[in-house]
Amino acid sequence: MAAIGPMAAAAGVAAEAQAPSPATKPAARRRTFPVWRWAILLIAGVFFLIPLYAGLRFAGLKAFGKVFTYPGFGSAVGLSLRLAVITTILTLVLMVPTTVYVHLRLPQIRRGMEGITILPIVIPPIVLIIGVLKVAPGFLLGTPYLLALVYVILAMPFAYRSLDAGLRAIDLKTLVEASNSLGAGWPATLWRVVLPNIRTAMLSATVLTVALVLGEFTMASLALYETFPVWIVQFEQNAGPVTTAASLLALFVTWILLMVIVTVGSRSARRRGGAQVALFTVAPQEVNLTTGEPE
Amino acid sequence: MSANTGTGAAAGGGAMGAAGNGAGAPVAISDLSRSYGAVRALDGLTLEIAPGEFVALLGPSGCGKTTALRILAGFETADTGSVTVDGRDVSPVPAAKRDMGMVFQSYSLFPNMSALDNVGFGLRMRRLPSPARRKRAGELLDLVGLTDQARKYPHQMSGGQQQRVALARALAIEPRVLLLDEPLSALDAKVRLQLREQIRSLQRRLGTTTLFVTHDQEEALSMADRVGVMRDGRLEQIAEPGQLYAEPATAFVAEFVGIMSRIPGERQGPDEVSVLGMVVPVRGVTAAGLSGDVDVLVRPEDLRTSVQPGGNGIVTDRTFLGSVTRVSVLLSGDVTVKVDQPTAEAATMAPGTSVQVSLPGTAVLVTARR
Repeated sequence: MAAIGPMAAAAGVAAEAQAPSPATKPAARRRTFPVWRWAILLIAGVFFLIPLYAGLRFAGLKAFGKVFTYPGFGSAVGLSLRLAVITTILTLVLMVPTTVYVHLRLPQIRRGMEGITILPIVIPPIVLIIGVLKVAPGFLLGTPYLLALVYVILAMPFAYRSLDAGLRAIDLKTLVEASNSLGAGWPATLWRVVLPNIRTAMLSATVLTVALVLGEFTMASLALYETFPVWIVQFEQNAGPVTTAASLLALFVTWILLMVIVTVGSRSARRRGGAQVALFTVAPQEVNLTTGEPE
Repeated sequence: MSANTGTGAAAGGGAMGAAGNGAGAPVAISDLSRSYGAVRALDGLTLEIAPGEFVALLGPSGCGKTTALRILAGFETADTGSVTVDGRDVSPVPAAKRDMGMVFQSYSLFPNMSALDNVGFGLRMRRLPSPARRKRAGELLDLVGLTDQARKYPHQMSGGQQQRVALARALAIEPRVLLLDEPLSALDAKVRLQLREQIRSLQRRLGTTTLFVTHDQEEALSMADRVGVMRDGRLEQIAEPGQLYAEPATAFVAEFVGIMSRIPGERQGPDEVSVLGMVVPVRGVTAAGLSGDVDVLVRPEDLRTSVQPGGNGIVTDRTFLGSVTRVSVLLSGDVTVKVDQPTAEAATMAPGTSVQVSLPGTAVLVTARR
């Protein structure tokens, strides 16, 4: 459960962020809100909450206090957090310029990019990591940060999709040209015009990447590094309640973290007329980004 | 800037500051060609713009006018030909260093910046210190009448306001050339009219060399000093609006600018053509050596019509335009002509009425039979 915990939390927040706020609904519609919607909501709620409740019952409240004193806890959490930070930075540094470049100069390969970026989801992690362990140079095999490099690949589908949707939502070509014509070179245009206007998308990419890194188990365990999920599984053997408490804790902390990011992001985006932060952004209608025609 | 008077001088002078030579630079485009695959967007375009002149490029979509503008701006490169500004070839100069202000068709304001910061962006890129920048940006906003919107973000402003901010932003950098890429086409009719006048008067006041691209002939004719009509990547004719309307050089220009009816006629000699059963003088021909069967091009205001049973045409439609009403008349041979008739007289010409259409001796333009 711990392995999927943070991603589950991310999905939960996504649902929350995308749900239309009840305040905007006309009263008449709210009255006729169909019963089956509540039923589905209830079923889904029960489906998600029962395991959590069971875990809570099994662990007991005392176990939560013990988590922090358990051997290996601090270093495992620390490693996971460091990996999350490094992966996020690498992902953004690689993916933002790439996606911007594809949108501006190579719009015709966008479909291909979508296909390529989905590969890490299609290929099982176990295949990926075994391949990586075989070919990775020695100096990387000796350090857990090898995982960060692999996680960048794993996070690519989510990061690309978030950024792609964010870039589609703005008239990138016109904004960049306007910035150029006003005397801004590429670095200034990227920094002052493009990045501020895809902040929401970058936030989504960050959240998804962090959630993925904090929950990834297969690769870390095969590469023999004790990240937080690996630690949980190893200790589950002899201290069940404590590790269950730890995974619940991880779930809640991640969930709160994501809520904070989404709330803050949405608030600042709203001030500027941008969209709400949704983790799995649905791309808006295409807005003539690619005037491939001369006129 | 020299001839400024009154409030214009105060606002404009302050905004343009020391480099009040915002007064435009001459632009020379020569033999510009550009192809996209098999499509020839520009085919040997040559165009000169005098300092401070307002030139409009007019043409149907796909005629290459936007490509020309984008090459001038530095967003596209030409296959052949050259562009000089102030006598210097700008081909190797990147867009960011060309000092050309541009206003785009779609709203191009930076969504993350207030109106004031948008206007100040170009100055910031020129490393103007913050207080001076804000002051200048404020003056420019004043110039377009949007001082009270300075703190608003683009999404809080109307389309017309956004385009005015975009204009102020383009002018803030004291551009050597101002480029307008259909800046009015996304706006509603009333706002478009206001902004049209505002752009024109600002341009006159600041004396910025301006190239304006549009497919709207009314815009081009009402704003520009000279209008160039483009077709298939070439300039068909460039002339002052009045001349373009009165003396079109080609049938395309004649029919693209204003309303023109085509009536079959027969050339009687170098100076005469018979049409609608009468012989009228020839004012011009669109190609040398036309003889025999030709088409005669006539403006609606040059035709006359009167109700007459058994006349040469039948009224098919009427469009009320105010003091005149444009009457469509079907002549024999499936030819429809448009005639501007004083509205009072047109009242008797309901669709189906038989009328006599005539050319009261006006000299006409003759072109090859289609």
